[in-house]
Amino acid sequence: MAEYPQELRYTQEHEWVKFEGDLARIGITSFAQSELGDIVFVELPSVGQILRLGDTFGTVESVKTVSDLFAPVAGEVVEVNESLNDAPEMVNSDPYGAGWMVMVKVTDRHEDQLLSATQYKEHVNE
Amino acid sequence: MAQNKRTPLYSLYHLYGAKVVDFAGFDMPVQFSGIMKEHVAVRTAVGLFDVSHMGEIELSGPDALSDVQKLITNDASRLKVSHAMYSPMCNEHGGTVDDILVYRLAFDRFLLVVNASNRFKDLAWISRHAKSHVIDRSDDVALLALQGPKALDVLKTVTDKDLSSLPYYGFDQDVRVHGRQCLISRTGYTGEDGFELYIDAADAMDVFVALLEAGQVEGIVPVGLGARDTLRLEARLPLYGHELTDDISPLEAGLSPFVKLDAKDFIGRDALLLQKQQSLSRKAAGIALTGRSIAREQAEIFGDDQVVGYVTSGTFGPTLQKSIALALLPPALTEIGQTLEVDVRGKKMQAQVVKTPFYRRSL
Repeated sequence: MAEYPQELRYTQEHEWVKFEGDLARIGITSFAQSELGDIVFVELPSVGQILRLGDTFGTVESVKTVSDLFAPVAGEVVEVNESLNDAPEMVNSDPYGAGWMVMVKVTDRHEDQLLSATQYKEHVNE
Repeated sequence: MAQNKRTPLYSLYHLYGAKVVDFAGFDMPVQFSGIMKEHVAVRTAVGLFDVSHMGEIELSGPDALSDVQKLITNDASRLKVSHAMYSPMCNEHGGTVDDILVYRLAFDRFLLVVNASNRFKDLAWISRHAKSHVIDRSDDVALLALQGPKALDVLKTVTDKDLSSLPYYGFDQDVRVHGRQCLISRTGYTGEDGFELYIDAADAMDVFVALLEAGQVEGIVPVGLGARDTLRLEARLPLYGHELTDDISPLEAGLSPFVKLDAKDFIGRDALLLQKQQSLSRKAAGIALTGRSIAREQAEIFGDDQVVGYVTSGTFGPTLQKSIALALLPPALTEIGQTLEVDVRGKKMQAQVVKTPFYRRSL
């Protein structure tokens, strides 16, 4: 079943953001991974890439379909989850943990654009 | 929009966690527990598919054999009663109307199993060319596929007959499964050993549930169309609408073993003979990508910076852990080891022509 951790912020495109100081950890939600099905490939940006809000920063490919990833905040990519190269299925098994995708040094949080857990849950159930 | 059709098993899908999608006008399960898990279950143990959306058309009467011979490219005169064969069915231009299974039920009675998407086209085509009695049995017949190395072990526990000596593509019309009468053939679309069960629609639920219960010890899972596609693609089995269309000939698709040009006359033979004499302009080949991204249907293939062909089906092969695809290419570029580039959403990915089937089971 889909989960919506309270401490995370969400986008309408099904990314989650976890603010850690001036950093933001980003991944896709449990709902998103469940809709995509078995994920076989995650294409991530390079460290150093500058992202503006809404920029495409990667793709998630499942057996069924392929989906773009959209930047939920603005900033610079400082780390990517390299372990997804060999084990993309971690996005299915642990979307909010080991399946995280990128860490961004935030220049603009764009908080007004982000959803709370409750708002995201409503969005998903619409 | 008109309501989709449903198979006799539709009301059971939700019990096993199915995600239902539209396929050829049917509400069909694309997956139950997950494509990967279902795929692996079929390769290592056993899986059960509802493929009741497939069509069944029966031809009977003194002209039945000559009708079948005229309709299909394979040679049904060599087909014994209680045996089935795979065959393309062509139009006058050598394009493929459908690819079907032909079951010889009796000397003068044949059952043609057709793709769901082609049922009405085939029915019209067959009726137009046949002199024998043509009946569409699709709505009365449910079809289950029990596939995988443990399929026989599971089937054994619910049948009144020993089917271990049933040959590949042989069938038995009178088997009881859980007391219900079935036609069972040793056929399938996965590259594994397995069986297909033709059942009266009214008995389908009983048989489906009985097989799932009987298979529990072996780790049986219900399998959806998603894994059916990854399984057939690894085994390089064509899917109509992708590897075969009204414009793609069985020779181009690499199905020449099922085209008996010298055995008899049939619809499309002249066009296929001409194709063969003039040598083919395109041919199906298997390719493997270097990376993990999937080259999906219609992706363009480049050789020397020019578009030379396109992908007809592509997926990530769960058994091979590789991105694989079937493509139509100029024959000169189909040698094993030939390097190519595939356009995957605007990026050129490295690929290589590889030996097919991508996956072959060990005996």
